[in-house]
Amino acid sequence: MSALLSVAGVSKRFRGLLAVGNVSLDVMERDIFAIIGPNGAGKTTLFNTICGVFRPDGGTIAFAGERIDGHPPDEVCRLGIGRTFQLVRPFPGLSVLDNVIIGALLHHRSVEDARARAEEVLRRLDLFNQRHQRAASLTLPDRKRLEVARALATQPRLLLLDEVMAGLRPTEVDRMVAIMTELNRTSGLTIVLIEHVMRAVMALATRVLVLHHGAVIAQGAPAEVVRDPQVIKSYLGAEEL
Amino acid sequence: MPLSLYLNVAVGGVLTGLVYGLMALGLSVIFGVVRVVNFAHGEMMTIAMYIAVVLFAAFKLDPLVMLVPIAAVLFALGYALQAGLINPFINRPEHSQFILMVAVALIIVNVLLIAFGPDAHSVQTSYAFDSYEVGPVIIDAPKLYAAAGAVIVAALLFAFFRGTRIGQAIRACADNYTGALVVGLNVKRLYALTFGIGAACVGAAGCMLVVINDVSPAVGPAYTLLAFVIVITGGLGSLPGALLGGVLIGLTEAMAGVFFTPSAKSMFAFAILVIVLLLRPQGLLGKRA
Amino acid sequence: MTRQVDALQAKPAPLGRSRFLSTLNLANIPRRGLILLAVLLALLIAAPAFTSDYLLSILILILYFAYTGQAWNVMMGFAGQLSLGHALYVGIGAYMTAALFIHFGTPPWIGLLVSVPIAMAAGAVIGFLAFRFRVAGTYFAILTIAFAEFARIGFDHWDWVGASSGLFLPVATYTQNDLWHLRGRPIMFYYLILAMTVLAFLLCRWLLGSRLGYFWQAVREDEDAARAVGIATFRTKMAAVVISAGLTSFAGMFYAFYYNNLFGEQVFSIGRSIEIILGPLIGGVGTLFGPVLGAFLLTGLAETLTEILGLIGVDLPGAKQVFYGFCLLLVVMVMPEGVWPWVARKLGLETRQ
Repeated sequence: MSALLSVAGVSKRFRGLLAVGNVSLDVMERDIFAIIGPNGAGKTTLFNTICGVFRPDGGTIAFAGERIDGHPPDEVCRLGIGRTFQLVRPFPGLSVLDNVIIGALLHHRSVEDARARAEEVLRRLDLFNQRHQRAASLTLPDRKRLEVARALATQPRLLLLDEVMAGLRPTEVDRMVAIMTELNRTSGLTIVLIEHVMRAVMALATRVLVLHHGAVIAQGAPAEVVRDPQVIKSYLGAEEL
Repeated sequence: MPLSLYLNVAVGGVLTGLVYGLMALGLSVIFGVVRVVNFAHGEMMTIAMYIAVVLFAAFKLDPLVMLVPIAAVLFALGYALQAGLINPFINRPEHSQFILMVAVALIIVNVLLIAFGPDAHSVQTSYAFDSYEVGPVIIDAPKLYAAAGAVIVAALLFAFFRGTRIGQAIRACADNYTGALVVGLNVKRLYALTFGIGAACVGAAGCMLVVINDVSPAVGPAYTLLAFVIVITGGLGSLPGALLGGVLIGLTEAMAGVFFTPSAKSMFAFAILVIVLLLRPQGLLGKRA
Repeated sequence: MTRQVDALQAKPAPLGRSRFLSTLNLANIPRRGLILLAVLLALLIAAPAFTSDYLLSILILILYFAYTGQAWNVMMGFAGQLSLGHALYVGIGAYMTAALFIHFGTPPWIGLLVSVPIAMAAGAVIGFLAFRFRVAGTYFAILTIAFAEFARIGFDHWDWVGASSGLFLPVATYTQNDLWHLRGRPIMFYYLILAMTVLAFLLCRWLLGSRLGYFWQAVREDEDAARAVGIATFRTKMAAVVISAGLTSFAGMFYAFYYNNLFGEQVFSIGRSIEIILGPLIGGVGTLFGPVLGAFLLTGLAETLTEILGLIGVDLPGAKQVFYGFCLLLVVMVMPEGVWPWVARKLGLETRQ
């Protein structure tokens, strides 16, 4: 079985500074793939390169067998990759429902159909009762779920989550983990997440990749990776497990 | 047409351009630090020009001599404007600030219109028609004095930003707003000071420009646009860029006046603006964001 | 864990129709609002029966600004692209229809087939250059001014349209209204601009609730986030500029045939561009009623002011603009969202949670 997302030897530099160096990874259909690593390891840069925000300086990215490196973000999304932002960016002046309708309009010509789809997603993410609030007035956990909802409304095959657990209380983390598990199980959604909250990573991920100074230092099943001496030395040792 | 005529026009254009440059320098200083686009810049200059006209008409005071007090008045005006009106808008969206300044500009233009009427006023200095001959080139004395004044004020401004503690504090503010707050700089006061300095620049430029050109309320918006053209050409926030842009635009307008018709000269300035915006949006000497 | 998943099951939707309307998306108007709107429209339709010629001319001016404000709002209010050069589109619409009428006797409605596409093309050129080369924010606003200034100087030197001596439409004392050639008495122009304003309102309402309207709002709110949900932002913004330009140029035809004279120096001036945007700014950018309310407030109050000054024998040419300036200052400081959202809350036309 070939990978849904295949990153091969991707590099990205900023003014000569190597942010991501020769990173390769394969994400299989239905995987929940976690990317971990210390701050500044290049995780978000890698994400943005996959999403088309940056064009890689080297290497290739393929999604469902099709090259996507260098494609603009909107095109990448249309091909079936949804994303959230590390610093949440819902459309602040619009209602929660309108935020998600906009996502749903990607594959729905009619606004009414999109609204139905958006309401379904909001119910699923437990945001339905807040649907008429302005996005800007939501609490941080709600805004994070709104971003997930908006991305889901675009009906992605692959969902990229950039630190959706950060800043959440443990019970909120558990709730988000439950949502992700449910999505993965019921709709077969493939998920790649950048995460610092190891509790969530261990509960969710089927595979883990560790990035350090822009390079892959370990990759494998979560239980193996957290025992890797190099990973403990460069990342986990410094943080609570 | 003889070559010497072109040369005369070119020299005149460069000299006027230096004064334009000083005017744009004020805009650039304000933008570089406060990050607010002063859409009332040209209008503020017309205030200075009218003060000069009034002082000349009433007391025969030469605008070039009155440069310091007039610049001081504009400094106070700029300081008050920033402290009272603009500071609360620092964290507002860009278009909100823009509209605020449009409102200020609208008020200035029309208050001047009510006070002085729509007709052009000018200052007839004793040296208005003097000129110097340097080889084949004839240089108008007012333009020469005005340009010299502009260069001196610009040099003082550079010295201020490099050499004084307040100047350095302002530059620190421009580089890093949060950092400046953290190290305990009174950012709001520095912003007001900066706006004051920018206003003083444009006030000084007004004193010199009134020696060369007429003033009417309607020229305010035109000078605002000109200042934008210059600053974007030179690089918004770059001080040498403003002077370079001023010279370039002054020269362009002067040459366009000779080759085409003077009334169409600002079309060429706008053409330069469009080209720069598209090909080098950070301006000739600007840094890329 | 299973229990948590259970907790995620859909909750029943609350009964009844929600009364909440997002400030910026009046996709459906509550009944009270519709009644209010109907009354306003009825008043406007009946107005010529009991107003003087002077008052009618003020109403025409108000509706003209309501119309152009609405057209500008498509670009800034819906799609977040600040244009300070909308006089360009008015000017193109005015000059093209007028020149065709004068030179070839082309009825203005046929002239529109030329003028509107030209204005839309001008918008497309500006949009293309700006969005391709990533000219945004303040720079974009200045680019729009630059093009209007270009046109101002250009038309002022273009002999076919009268250059700096102006372009004049033949005027006579009309006893009959010729709608086809737009020659007639003020009442005809009143109903024309009223119809235009109503149609523009309906069009904008439809646009705002359409797929494109949602995409515009997404781009306005956060362009990067909009791209991340698959919106082709370039095309979306282009649509806003082109539609706004086309709508605005329509007003140009009205302007030319109502005022009968055109001077490039005035028509394209930045002051004119600013006049267009004052109404929506004061009424509420991005709202459907904002431009209409803003036009009524601003022009209404300004004319009252001129009237009062006239009564006490003061004739100050700049007084109206100073008044505009202070209004703008006041609104941007006290009600940055404009007057309409506030009024709407007061009238109970929307509730905010």
